[in-house]
Amino acid sequence: MSQTQNSSTQFVNIGERTNVTGSARFKKLIMNDDYDAAVEVARQQVENGAQIIDVNMDEGLLDAEVAMTRFLKLIAAEPDIARVPVMIDSSKWSVIEAGLKCVSGKPIVNSISMKEGEAEFLAHARKCMAYGAAVVVMAFDETGQADTKERKIEICCRAYKLLTGIGFPPEDIIFDPNVFAVATGIDEHRRYGLDFIEAVAEIRARCPHVHFSGGLSNLSFSFRGNEPVRRAMHSVFLYHAIPAGLDMAIVNAGQLDIYDDIDPELRDACEDVVLDREPKSGGDATEILIALAEKFRGTDAVAEKAAAEWRGYDVAKRLEHALVKGIDAHIVDDTEEMRLAVKQRDGRPIEVIEGPLMDGMNVVGDLFGSGKMFLPQVVKSARVMKKAVAHLFPYIEAEKEEGARGKGKIIMATVKGDVHDIGKNIVGVVLQCNGFEVVDLGVMVPWQDILKAANENDADMIGLSGLITPSLDEMVTVAEEMQRADMTMPLLIGGATTSKVHTALRISPAYNGPIVHVLDASRAVGVASTLVSETQAEAFVERTAAEYEDVRTKRAGRGKTELVPLEKARANGFAADMSGKASAPKQPGLHVFDDWDLADLRETIDWTPFFRSWELAGNYPAILQDSVVGPSARNLFDDAQKMLDRIIDEKWLTAKGVAALWPCRRDGDDVLIDADEGTVRMPFLRQQIAKREGRANMCLADFIDPAGDWIGGFAVTAGHGIEEHLARFKADHDDYSDILLKALADRLAEAFAERLHQHVRCELWGYAPDEQLTNEALIKEQYRGIRPAPGYPACPDHSQKPALFDLLKATDNTGITLTESFAMLPTAAVSGFYFGHDQSEYFGVARIGEDQLTDYAARRGVDLDTAKRWLRPNLD
Amino acid sequence: MSNDAALSAREYLQAETAKRIMIFDGGYGTAIQNANLQEADYRGGLEVTADQKGNNDILALTRPDILEQIHSDYLDAGSDIIETNTFSANSISQADYNAEHLVDDINRESARLARRVCDRKTAQDGKRRFVAGAVGPTNKTLSLSPDVNDPGFREVDFDQMVAVYRQQCDALIEGGVDFIVIETIFDTLNAKSAAMAAQQAAEAAGRDVPLMISMTITDMAGRNLSGHTVEAFWHAIRHVKPLTIGLNCSFGADLLRPHLAALASQSDTLVMAYPNAGLPNDLGEYDELPEQTAALIGEWLQGGLVNIVGGCCGTTPGHIAAIARAVKDAAPRVIPDLPVQTRLSGLEPFTMAA
Repeated sequence: MSQTQNSSTQFVNIGERTNVTGSARFKKLIMNDDYDAAVEVARQQVENGAQIIDVNMDEGLLDAEVAMTRFLKLIAAEPDIARVPVMIDSSKWSVIEAGLKCVSGKPIVNSISMKEGEAEFLAHARKCMAYGAAVVVMAFDETGQADTKERKIEICCRAYKLLTGIGFPPEDIIFDPNVFAVATGIDEHRRYGLDFIEAVAEIRARCPHVHFSGGLSNLSFSFRGNEPVRRAMHSVFLYHAIPAGLDMAIVNAGQLDIYDDIDPELRDACEDVVLDREPKSGGDATEILIALAEKFRGTDAVAEKAAAEWRGYDVAKRLEHALVKGIDAHIVDDTEEMRLAVKQRDGRPIEVIEGPLMDGMNVVGDLFGSGKMFLPQVVKSARVMKKAVAHLFPYIEAEKEEGARGKGKIIMATVKGDVHDIGKNIVGVVLQCNGFEVVDLGVMVPWQDILKAANENDADMIGLSGLITPSLDEMVTVAEEMQRADMTMPLLIGGATTSKVHTALRISPAYNGPIVHVLDASRAVGVASTLVSETQAEAFVERTAAEYEDVRTKRAGRGKTELVPLEKARANGFAADMSGKASAPKQPGLHVFDDWDLADLRETIDWTPFFRSWELAGNYPAILQDSVVGPSARNLFDDAQKMLDRIIDEKWLTAKGVAALWPCRRDGDDVLIDADEGTVRMPFLRQQIAKREGRANMCLADFIDPAGDWIGGFAVTAGHGIEEHLARFKADHDDYSDILLKALADRLAEAFAERLHQHVRCELWGYAPDEQLTNEALIKEQYRGIRPAPGYPACPDHSQKPALFDLLKATDNTGITLTESFAMLPTAAVSGFYFGHDQSEYFGVARIGEDQLTDYAARRGVDLDTAKRWLRPNLD
Repeated sequence: MSNDAALSAREYLQAETAKRIMIFDGGYGTAIQNANLQEADYRGGLEVTADQKGNNDILALTRPDILEQIHSDYLDAGSDIIETNTFSANSISQADYNAEHLVDDINRESARLARRVCDRKTAQDGKRRFVAGAVGPTNKTLSLSPDVNDPGFREVDFDQMVAVYRQQCDALIEGGVDFIVIETIFDTLNAKSAAMAAQQAAEAAGRDVPLMISMTITDMAGRNLSGHTVEAFWHAIRHVKPLTIGLNCSFGADLLRPHLAALASQSDTLVMAYPNAGLPNDLGEYDELPEQTAALIGEWLQGGLVNIVGGCCGTTPGHIAAIARAVKDAAPRVIPDLPVQTRLSGLEPFTMAA
């Protein structure tokens, strides 16, 4: 699919410059018969990001049919323009139909309405169906244009019913519920903005699959001539209308302000008018805005001046500005200018880093520390810093001087057997931003290399990272080896499965030097700075040690939750009602997917964990409007969408997966799987915590019928192809894109797992052929069946993966390999089992007893020590 | 069998393609060439002014025995569906032979002839067989200007093309075809006009005549001559709800595969593909052997890419027999359940979640 470009977008910008009613320049070109220049207008629109171009030739002095067909034929000959869909825009049906006869792709008709009655409306709709076009429906009926919320809802719902009644595809309906001017001074107009927004939300709820569009320029009609105020009003309006459901607009994208960049006073005043709010200061919203408008008239020039102004600062100030704003456009030139200036006064190139660059990064660090900047912005700043440093590096090397030490030197590594490094890279970037020198050893680093690098670099501390549970053990090994080597430098522990409790109980006793668990990237700087501080380090180390000792004492003294003997737990197993087991699969056996469409996976992405990986707290989509992290989240989300466009358009990644469905039966806590190669025993673990009356001690095997049943397995990855791009970002000193791409690949892999599970439920296994779930419902897992993954709470043993992979021939079929700790490579991968019983659900096995450990080792056919190693997190 | 016989052609195809991969026919050009016909064979007793040699479609009127034999050979090789020999039987293409006045006759007789051969075989063994009325692209294009100095110029317009295709479809339907196959589509707008004409013709005849739509790719990037990617093409034509969508001609089965995969994954209808016997050699001849073509098509099956397969230029009944053997036990493509999306297109697809 690499040959096609696919855009899948939240909000669609429709280019409006090729519209004689909207653009005086375009009108002039058409009237003067200068079609060559008119075609160039269309080209610029597409180059500037218009995803659809609106073409309108409704001008009294023109033969609109002739002009429309001539222009459409001309742009059809320009692949740069013809790439995007066309919106054929006219108030005359004959012009629209003439246009439909010239457009080879699938266009949008703008517009039809019930103005002349139902019969004509439906006749036009039938024509749109026959030519193959989506359609904009104006909220207009026999009695006129819909003005109030109620009228908008009434007319649109009536149109929807009529259209779907003749088989018009609902997804091809775009309602335009009429944007009218507000702040006109006429009382009846006050609610127009709010009515539109509320009507959109209501119609969207009542009419599934439709879209909404609107022409923004009407809204601000009262302020014509005052562009800054008009732009602010449009931005404010979109800010509120998009969440309600407005998903396209005819707009000049270059002439919208970023909501957060609007002067707060103006923004509040616009918001009061658009949303018909009572101004906080009292008085009338319209009058306040009118009074304010004069102040902002002509601020365009001021804003442009401000934007260019920083380029006029002295060079040190420019470097700081670029770092704080994360602008890398001029950084190499500015760094060079600074270097020459320093050289002029016999300074050394390193002074550029120690002076202005570090000053800038300190500002970034302070803003981040005080919660005024967020991680994505910090990482962008780091990208600028890295580019500057990369430029200086050859000069510093040429002088062969010792690099300044900065605040301290940290060795960082993801431990042996583990391949996850998003978190580690973020911490590395943040530390570098704060003046630390970071030696990053990468992933799957054995303890020998970590110790060696620490000694050779004369490091101040070591930071270990890991995501999967076996990495916890590996961290203990590193600590033990550091002790054996008589090292004393601090050891920092971080990563998703690490915890203060584990660090205190398991790692800290293995090493006499300082050990600190670091909860997240934002704490890393504080911890590292304290550890290198001459005055604070000692006290901090003692305090932390005491804290961990306290944890150990409390754990030791605390009565552990009671475990019941394995036999008793089994007797209290979950008695599934086998009338609820899933039917035999429609398509049993192995199904390989070589290249799942990434555009399809994009639709299924669960964004909330994406923001979490950047330490932005909140649920998507609410996080985009969050009063604290909202702007940061939006920028990050924008960058993610842009990168996703490229990932998909340029086919950076390939999604490969395999799913299989096998006959099986339950045997105790095991499932016997009948695969082609013979029967495979898959042992599962059972909860042993003492349960309240009526609560079962769960085991996944409980969901399988001993008399014969079905089970599935899957492995998916979206990580093939990623290395080449990561290498490119590395070469470009672009940690931001590096982390962003990894985080997106992870999300695509999760989306793939979700999508494939759906495909299995609906098609391959087929027990839920009629399932109709929204993406939210999918993310909330409101479906029948589960897909537990080895290493996660319901089946916590990572070492089950090789058996699962053998059954799936996963490495052959998907190219995913396993490390010695059973982490999957590429890292953007998910694997697991499918259970189809309608009572199957997720649970956590939690702590198990020695009796189950012994029993499980025997069933797995491994010795006790091996079993202990893999199940350590579930033992005491 | 009695149940099958009660099904409409559409219903039967939908039911049968769920069970197995069905077989289309192959090329006619090679077989006609092998018959070494003279101008007099083509002309027969017709009153025509121009030299008719090479006007293969006219043989339906003058040498029906040749066509009957080819149809019969394809059915014996295992074809479930055969095409009428009417690729150029439209008033634009026939004008090259001054034979526009014969368009109705050629299409109607060609359809009857194919129908007759199918019905005869069915009477022998009870297996249902179908006739697809072939509608070619003509040699005019609605999307491109033949004059490089005037990119806005067109030789024909949409309404003219609808009329040209309508005449052909009316006659094919009168002759009794089960389907209309709009094939070798190099211009997406031509295809849109042809599909509109076919729908109007079926409606006028009061019959359900399902559409089969088949694009041809003219460059390795996977676009047709009017510049559409396979997905953009699908978005542009999906509104006619074709029974099959697919690709034909273009290159051989190996080079067609990635584009077919792209189409198959996005199409919520049956997929039919019939490639050439590889690429032509320096002499313009196709020398891919039946087993080679069959093996390459066999590779499509692993990806579940197709429901109906056949051959185009350079393929013979031998190729079709080999293909039929290769796909005999293969699992057919399962029509994917696609999310509701707004599917627009320019030369490239554009989708919005809906």
